[in-house]
Amino acid sequence: MAGIGPLSEEGLVRLLDHTGERVADEYFGPFAEHLTFDDLRGFWRDMIMTRAFDTEATSLQRQGELGLWVASLGQEAAQIGSGRALRDPDYAFPSYREHGVAFTRGIDMPSILRVFRGLEHSTWDPAAHNFHIYTLVIGAHTLHAVGYAQAMDWDGLVGSGDPDKDGAVICYFGDGATSQGDVNEAMVFAAVNNAPIVFFIQNNQFAISESVTRQSTVPLAQRAIGFGIPSVRVDGNDVVAVHAVTRWAMEHARSGAGPVVIEALTYRMGAHTTSDDPTRYRSSADEDYWRERDPIARVETYLRGLGELPEDFEEAVRADAKELGRVTREAVKSWQPGPTDTIFEHVYAEPHPLVDADRAWFAQYEASFTDKEVTR
Amino acid sequence: MTAPTHEQVSSDRLAPEGLAPVRTLTLGAAINAGLRAAMDRDPKVVLMGEDIGALGGVFRVTDGLLKDFGERRVMDTPLAESGIVGTAIGMAFRGYRPVLEIQFDGFIFPAFDQITTSLAKLHYRTKGKLTVPLVIRVPYAGHIGAIEHHSESPEALFAHTAGLRIVSPATPQDGYDMIQQSIASPDPVLFFEPKARYWDKGEVDSTRVASQLDLADGASKATAEMSKARVAREGTDVTLMAYGPTVRLAMQAAVAAAEGGVSVEVLDLRSISPFDYETILASVKKTGRGVVVHEAPVAYGTGGELAAHVAEHAFFHLHAPVLRVGGFHMPYPGSKFEHDYLPSLDRVLDAVDKVMAH
Repeated sequence: MAGIGPLSEEGLVRLLDHTGERVADEYFGPFAEHLTFDDLRGFWRDMIMTRAFDTEATSLQRQGELGLWVASLGQEAAQIGSGRALRDPDYAFPSYREHGVAFTRGIDMPSILRVFRGLEHSTWDPAAHNFHIYTLVIGAHTLHAVGYAQAMDWDGLVGSGDPDKDGAVICYFGDGATSQGDVNEAMVFAAVNNAPIVFFIQNNQFAISESVTRQSTVPLAQRAIGFGIPSVRVDGNDVVAVHAVTRWAMEHARSGAGPVVIEALTYRMGAHTTSDDPTRYRSSADEDYWRERDPIARVETYLRGLGELPEDFEEAVRADAKELGRVTREAVKSWQPGPTDTIFEHVYAEPHPLVDADRAWFAQYEASFTDKEVTR
Repeated sequence: MTAPTHEQVSSDRLAPEGLAPVRTLTLGAAINAGLRAAMDRDPKVVLMGEDIGALGGVFRVTDGLLKDFGERRVMDTPLAESGIVGTAIGMAFRGYRPVLEIQFDGFIFPAFDQITTSLAKLHYRTKGKLTVPLVIRVPYAGHIGAIEHHSESPEALFAHTAGLRIVSPATPQDGYDMIQQSIASPDPVLFFEPKARYWDKGEVDSTRVASQLDLADGASKATAEMSKARVAREGTDVTLMAYGPTVRLAMQAAVAAAEGGVSVEVLDLRSISPFDYETILASVKKTGRGVVVHEAPVAYGTGGELAAHVAEHAFFHLHAPVLRVGGFHMPYPGSKFEHDYLPSLDRVLDAVDKVMAH
């Protein structure tokens, strides 16, 4: 893992190492100083909940209840650490694996699975949670995020100095996305417009089967230099460091100082999706190395070592996690598609004769079937 | 701040020299005036594009707007079409109404992904929670003697994608009205401007669209109206269907055919998605013959869609198959050949003769 390539661990910001020891950092340490043990237990709980949901979703896919699942296993620290650095006025654009961030934005977790059961393309109201819907076209949303950030600035929601009002955008994408033209254009537009946006790269090391070394020869954060955007690399499996770095970056953007790039180096412990087979392209030694760096384990070790993870708290969290799994399972199994007629809704905001014609045709087609069955 | 009334707009901006509400304008100037009126009406309307500021656009359609509305509302963007469309989508999420200029037809393709996978689908994907009222202005089609990528007609590539509306004005009046209707529509609109017709003059009555947009349901009415075809000339023997750059050609063909005793009805389709099939079918059922004229290549094109629809819904009224006159199945050739590549008066009349011979 040494060297100067995109997998280098040299110079990563780290505040809690994988053995559960706190690490000092002169610059970013102060951005975590406010965290209490309650906060850290909260992060731990969020990560446990996210993983429980994710594990249940994977099972549901294996049982045929979901068409596909994109697991977040192993990326909980990157998502919870950053998600918990957001404030209400901030707006987040996820890609499609940010279930942990969704949890921090108050999304009803089971509802995420309506998309993966093939019932609809999104569930929540983005404006109600300041959390955009998932985007599957790699990197496409990074441009939307920049435009949204510019518009926040125009609306006077940036740099006013009022913490209840000032916000910024955070936009999540992966290592593979950094090769997309849209992501590079997003950084150009963000830079020249001084847009209040934090680009949060989760470098989980793989774009399906392709190593990040197929995307870049240098750490991804270095790409930002060419755009004139400050950037930082952080240990993405260290929830404390991710939180500190994101807190710094969001404050930078909210203050009107412009965009930031964060690269969180993490590891996708599971498959890309449930259709994938990681044994074809990576070694078990590699997986073992990263299993030792599990983002949840190090927080547990740290808190337990200090006697700050009481048994009753842990039991309560484990029970909550189990309950989330149960609720998720029951919800998913209960969902049936509504009438097919609904697929014709919302193609346009105003009536469009082609959609109306298709809908009318389908209605009479269906009616003709029913008639035959009745007469039979 | 309340938006100025159209009366004020007319006196302040549209008619700075004290001209009447009905004036003679070129198509380019009419679109410019329409943009101005829309920006006056709604402070959320912002313009984005390459060279649209100080230069006023390569065709000068945004001329003077930077001076009057400032850099925040008339934005020279980085040279990146996907970035222009993509960031505008994000602005629309916050209630802005971006009007984008893609400099030339052949340069829209870097934005094809944003237009077809994001812009067209977001209203559907969010079950109506988000509307994305972008207008993408595209100077298109040929006859300006340009080098390659500057004369193309890619409308069919977008018409195939549900979620987009596609219109093309052929007259200054429509340029003025339809740009404002497109901006008022809650749906994304591709606004194809026939660049060779930018300098054509015509009368523009600025009061028509203003009274419509002032209504409570103005956006709905505007969307419906810009989706209607116009009977540009009445006739009884053949229906010529054209839009954008070929409307003038179809009118010329009608005049020429009349000399030979053939009565041609000309439809200015105005809207490509949706096509106004009510008007189209009424006309073809009356004449019994149809010819479609567009600059885009014929194969897999909008003319094929029209011909198929007419065959399906007016088969027993037809005396002849619907013919298509358009470009060949090839990249746009060097401009010294464009007069042979594009539909010409002779080729349109040849098609009229053929359907009359049946």
